[in-house]
Amino acid sequence: MSIPTTILGKAYVLGDNIDTDQIIPAQYLTFNPAIPEEYKQFGKYALSSVPPSQAGLPKGHVPFHTDDEFLSPYQFIVAGKNFGCGSSREHAPIALNAAGIQVVIAEFYARIFYRNAVNGGYLIPFESVERLCERVCTGDELYLDVAQHTLHNRTTGERYALKPLGEIAPILEAGGLFPFARKSGMLKS
Amino acid sequence: MTPMTLTEKILARHAGRDAVQPGDNIWVDVDVLLTHDVCGPGTIGIFKQHFGKDAKVWDRRKVVIVPDHYIFTADKMANRNVDILRQFVREQDLPYYYDVGTDKYKGVCHIALPEEGHTRPGEVLFGTDSHTCTAGAFGEFATGIGNTDAAFILGTGKLWVKVPPTMRFVFHGQLPPYLMAKDLILAVIGDIGCDGATYRALEFDGDGVYALNIEERMTLCNMVIEAGGKNGVIAPDKVTLDYVNARNKHGVPYTPVYTDAGAKFLLEKVYDVTKLQPIVAKPHSPDNRATVSEVRGTKLDRAYIGSCTGGKLTDFRAAAKILKDKSVKIDTFVVPATSEVAAGLKTEKIGGKTLEEVFLSAGAKVGPPSCAACLGGPSDTFGRLNEPLSCISTTNRNFPGRMGHKEARVYLASPLTVAASAVTGVITDPREYLE
Repeated sequence: MSIPTTILGKAYVLGDNIDTDQIIPAQYLTFNPAIPEEYKQFGKYALSSVPPSQAGLPKGHVPFHTDDEFLSPYQFIVAGKNFGCGSSREHAPIALNAAGIQVVIAEFYARIFYRNAVNGGYLIPFESVERLCERVCTGDELYLDVAQHTLHNRTTGERYALKPLGEIAPILEAGGLFPFARKSGMLKS
Repeated sequence: MTPMTLTEKILARHAGRDAVQPGDNIWVDVDVLLTHDVCGPGTIGIFKQHFGKDAKVWDRRKVVIVPDHYIFTADKMANRNVDILRQFVREQDLPYYYDVGTDKYKGVCHIALPEEGHTRPGEVLFGTDSHTCTAGAFGEFATGIGNTDAAFILGTGKLWVKVPPTMRFVFHGQLPPYLMAKDLILAVIGDIGCDGATYRALEFDGDGVYALNIEERMTLCNMVIEAGGKNGVIAPDKVTLDYVNARNKHGVPYTPVYTDAGAKFLLEKVYDVTKLQPIVAKPHSPDNRATVSEVRGTKLDRAYIGSCTGGKLTDFRAAAKILKDKSVKIDTFVVPATSEVAAGLKTEKIGGKTLEEVFLSAGAKVGPPSCAACLGGPSDTFGRLNEPLSCISTTNRNFPGRMGHKEARVYLASPLTVAASAVTGVITDPREYLE
C-alpha cells in the first residue's frame, strides 16, 4: 500500500485503550498471516473482543461486521487515547487491514502497534488534534485529505485538523519498512 | 560530552555514534533476536518473501527461538506453527532452539532467555513479544517488535529505533515481607497510567531495587509495557553479573553500561517502599489500581499463579509460604514459567515438603511450563477462563478477553496476595497469613 491522496469511507468509533487483545483475541493467533488464506481470517475476528457496550460508539452494540464475514463496512476507525496498547502482535494491524480498514485516527498510539502499522504498511495511523471519538458517530461518512491532514465529516458537516504524519510519511509512502529501506539504500533491491 | 542515560548509551554504541539524544531516529546493530510460536511463522514468511526462499539469517548465533505460547494443546493450527519453526531451524541450522517434546524444551521465552545465557548487560535485544522488556533487568536495551521488524532483523541484523527519553523511578527502603516487586510496578503503573510511559524508557534505581533478587527485578522490567514503556532497565550490579556470568555458557563477551552523572531524565519519581501497600489492578486495565484493603472481600472464582511476570521460583516460594498446610477454597492453577522452574518446584522444600507438594496438597492444580492461560489461547489451554469468571492472577494484563472469556474479570496481584486470596476465595491481604 502506498498512500492514496484522499480516502472516503464510513467511521467505526471506539473509546480509549483499545488493546491488542480486543483488536484480535489471542485464540486466533494460530492463523499464520504469511499465508494469504489465513490472512483473510483475521478480518473475520477483528475487534471481536471489544465489550458490546463499547463497540461502535456513541451508543455501542454496533457490530463491526454486518453481512460479509471477512470485511467490515467501515474504512475508518476513530478512537480515543492509547490505541493498540498491549502485545506486540502484528496480527492487530493485520486484522484491521484484512477487515478493510485503511485509516485509524486516534489521539495517540501505543508504540509497537504504531510501528507495526507503519512498517508493515497496513494502514495509516493519524493522530487527531481534538478528541474525535466524542465528535464522530459510528456510521458517519468521512473524507480524508491525506496531504492536508484534514478530515471532513460529511454527515455532520464538521471539519477536523489532524496532526501531520511527520517522519512516518516516507515509510508509508514507500509502502512499509522493506520498500522504504530499498528506496533509501539500506537494502539492496 | 553530554551525559547520557543507560538506554541512550547502549543505543549510541550500537549505532556507532558517540552520542544520541531522545527523539533521534537511528539504525542499531542487534545482538539477539527472539521469536516464538505465535509470531515466528509470520516473521519467517516475511523474511522469505523479502530476502528469498533460500536466504540465510544474518547471524545464526544471534537468533533464539523459543516455542512457549500454545504448546500443550490439541489445536492443529497451533501445532502446525511449531512445525514451521522446526522446519526453519533445520533450514538455517540454528543452534538456539528449545523444542517442545525434547530435553531442551524451556517454556516462557522471557525466562528461558536468561536461564540459557542469552541476556547480557549492554546489549540490544529485540523480540516479537511485548514482554521482551523483561530482559532490561540485566542492564540491556530490550523491547518488543512485530513480525515485519523481526524479519528485517533476520536478514540484516539491524533495525531503526527512535531514542526514547528516560523516566527514572527510585525505590528506597527495605521491602516489607508482605510486598513484592509486583506491588511496586503496579504502584508505578497506577501512578502514571497505562499510557504514562508511551515511547519512553523507564530506569529503576535505588537501594530498594538493588536489594531485589534478579527474578524480582525481571518482574519490575516485565511490566513497563503495561505503562506503554519502550523498555525498562536496571543498571547491572554484582547480583546481575553473578547471574549472567554463571549462565553465559556461550562465552559471549559483553560490556556493562551505566547512566552518566548528570544525565537528563524526563521525570523522576521517588518511592519509600516501606510505605507501600499490597496492590491489585482491578478489571479491565493494569492501571486500575486499588490497595488490597480497598477491595478485600471481593468474591473470586479462580486463582492463577504463572507467566513470565509471576511464574518464577521466587513467585512460587512466596505463594508456598502462604499455602503450606492450608487448602485453597477456589480453583487454583499453578504454571511454572520454564522447565527449570518446574524442576525447582520438585526439589526446593519448605517445612519438609517440596513446593509442588505444598501446592498439590493445598488442592491446587500444577500444569506444565508455558504461557498457558495468561493470554487465553486455544480453548483447551490449562487454566483458561472459558466462562465469565472472576480470577486473581499473578500475570501482567487484564484487558477484556485477555485470559479467555471477554466478560471474565481479572485482578492482577502479587503471588502473596493471590495465594492468600486462594485460601479464602475472596481478595485477601497477605498480611493475614504471614507471621
